Amino acid sequence: MSETPTWDYAPAPESSAIVNLKEEYGHFIGGESVPSADGATMETINPANEQVLTRFAKGGQEDVDRAVASARKAYDEVWSKISAADRGKYLYRIARLLQERSREFAILESMDGGKPIRESRDIDIPLAAHHFFYHAGWADKLPYAFPNQTVNPLGVAGQIIPWNFPLLMAAWKLAPALACGNTVVLKPAETTPLTALLLAELIQDAGLPPGVVNVVTGAGETGAALSSHAGVDKIAFTGSTEVGKLIQRTAKTRNLTLELGGKAANIVFEDAPLDQAVEGIINGIYFNQGHVCCAGSRLLVQESVADLLVEKLDHRIKSLRVGDPLDKNTDVGAINSREQLDRICELVESGKAEGSELHQSTEDLPEKGWFFAPSYFTGVAPSHRIAREEIFGPVLSIMTFRTPDEAVEKANNTMYGLSAGIWTDKGSRIFKLLGEMNAGVVWANTFNKFDPSSPFGGYKESGYGREGGKQGLAAYLEVK
Amino acid sequence: MADRLKVNKTYKLYIGGAFVRSESGYTMSSHDQEDNLIAHVCKASRKDLRDTVKAARSAQKGWAGRTAYNRGQILYRIGEMLEARSTEFEDLLIREAGSDDPKAELQASVDRCVYYAGWSDKIDAILGSVNPIAGSFFGFTVPEPTGVVAVVADEASGLVGMVSQICSAVVSGNTVIVIAPDRAPVIAMEFAEVLATSDVPKGVINILTTEKAGLMTHLASHRDINAIDYRDGDAAVEQSLLDEGADNLKRMRFSDSMTAAEWNEESAQGLSEIAKFVEMKSVWHPVGV
Repeated sequence: MSETPTWDYAPAPESSAIVNLKEEYGHFIGGESVPSADGATMETINPANEQVLTRFAKGGQEDVDRAVASARKAYDEVWSKISAADRGKYLYRIARLLQERSREFAILESMDGGKPIRESRDIDIPLAAHHFFYHAGWADKLPYAFPNQTVNPLGVAGQIIPWNFPLLMAAWKLAPALACGNTVVLKPAETTPLTALLLAELIQDAGLPPGVVNVVTGAGETGAALSSHAGVDKIAFTGSTEVGKLIQRTAKTRNLTLELGGKAANIVFEDAPLDQAVEGIINGIYFNQGHVCCAGSRLLVQESVADLLVEKLDHRIKSLRVGDPLDKNTDVGAINSREQLDRICELVESGKAEGSELHQSTEDLPEKGWFFAPSYFTGVAPSHRIAREEIFGPVLSIMTFRTPDEAVEKANNTMYGLSAGIWTDKGSRIFKLLGEMNAGVVWANTFNKFDPSSPFGGYKESGYGREGGKQGLAAYLEVK
Repeated sequence: MADRLKVNKTYKLYIGGAFVRSESGYTMSSHDQEDNLIAHVCKASRKDLRDTVKAARSAQKGWAGRTAYNRGQILYRIGEMLEARSTEFEDLLIREAGSDDPKAELQASVDRCVYYAGWSDKIDAILGSVNPIAGSFFGFTVPEPTGVVAVVADEASGLVGMVSQICSAVVSGNTVIVIAPDRAPVIAMEFAEVLATSDVPKGVINILTTEKAGLMTHLASHRDINAIDYRDGDAAVEQSLLDEGADNLKRMRFSDSMTAAEWNEESAQGLSEIAKFVEMKSVWHPVGV
């Protein structure tokens, strides 16, 4: 194949003028912004330039207690008493306000988390609004989702979300919880608290009664104080499998849903439309810098087309633009944190040490900020760490197979079971394989697609419970 | 005529479709309400459990792969065979389990098999969905069995609780390892004989008699068990199952203990029982490309 042509693009940065950051952010408890009881704060950094964006409250036990008490009061006195239709109308308001302010949210999301503006603008924020709109409609129709059974809200839900899709994950958690009649204490990730705090302001603008949604910011200890709190009736967590297991051990409530790690296989058969598959593979692993629990991080290619596919892939990744997340031409933004960059580097080193061959798209990365070039490994053995462990970065491990049975065997040979991809032109093969994949989401001839009507969640050690669809409502209801 | 000397039955474990003795050689005894010996039964060990998990695992894919129609017929067949042996079970329900209404419990148990048999080919229609994705994709969600489920038979009843738990788990394609109630091991093994004559493929339903307490942590820590159904309501046991089971993120299904009379009620059955042991799989495919 010919050498990848390069085009010089003029920088096309999105202006951040629309974002008005405060010098410091408090928790959002009982409808007010409040500092931590002990006054502790921490800073959040723009990963693309390593500059401090602002400071925010670091929550402790006392702050979590206060937030849970506020959510309880709002549940008892207000939220459990208003009509289901009104709950829905509040959610519709949130959806509309989010759509109105989507530009501001998108820019803030990219500044705080490092993801390309193209993705926060076109995917994260619209999808977050869509989740509120979708669930708004469920609020007064819940019995239709569970025919011949009775449904009741659980009460106060504690929700802990990760840094890879900060606003979207907040929407995935808040929308169904509120639609089902629960009140919430939300704990955003320590590196990306800002869009959740802006959402709290928006929720206030929507006129939600104080205490229905509370946000407590902080680090791991803050999340632990919430997940093990005796006053919550439900814990929903999205994050690492390691922390998910800890939460299963320490949660006081038995109502638990966990959306955890993954190591998805993306299987390409020789009859697949290869150019489409290449786009799917790229989207599967380099979308959001690979900070995606359902990322297609293990590529399984049928041996007969492996060389051709890798050649096409190599050609394609060289055209990916890595750099300023606010630049509208950027494909791959900044790695979310120094800590995550170190973890990616450590795993990539292990891949080299164990004998896999590393290929990278570029060595030309911005000097400031945390970046990692889109990368893939060939010559990977299933026993290598890069084939087993979640890298959570833009690093693909390529392996080959000969028969469909071997592909299934390799795909399922993992403790995870979140997602899988199948690329083939043969319909009957798709149906056979999708039945055999031990994974909660199977994308056939596509990858990394999301919709509020499509339940999302894992098999095996990728967790339990679903988000989205009528099936996702069960996580926030007592169904009898 | 002189009394004929009765031939007593030897009770074993039911693993992989075969009746086998415990490898440990340990036994326990079961007594009637006047403390007369009914029989000695095997006391299953951790090794027996491991063998049982293997049997259940190797049967799972085949069981889930059968048509729903076929699974329904097999569950119905269990009901037929149970009905045919009602006198024996009613007698044992009085003697071993101390049931005050054995007829009602036996009838409820048979009806429970029939009830769940009828669900087999309706589960997908009610729990699954076609998803109206905002884009050019066709999407749907189907329930699939969780895998290998450890059923800790409810202690409140001799038969109906255990039968309900088994049927609601296997109807969707799970295979089960049943830990018999401490109070009724002989009834459990008699039920195994019903299973053995009901066309249930080997390994789909396995029954161990043992002292429950001794096997619980092993159930929780076994990495090839996907879920545990525990209904005795002991909070300390629940916490230890959660602790030990976190290692492979076992799905824990706890509920408050019910009385035998409550188990007999129709309110004790339902789709929500089946839904405890399924996983939802969402599938996407582009349209028109």
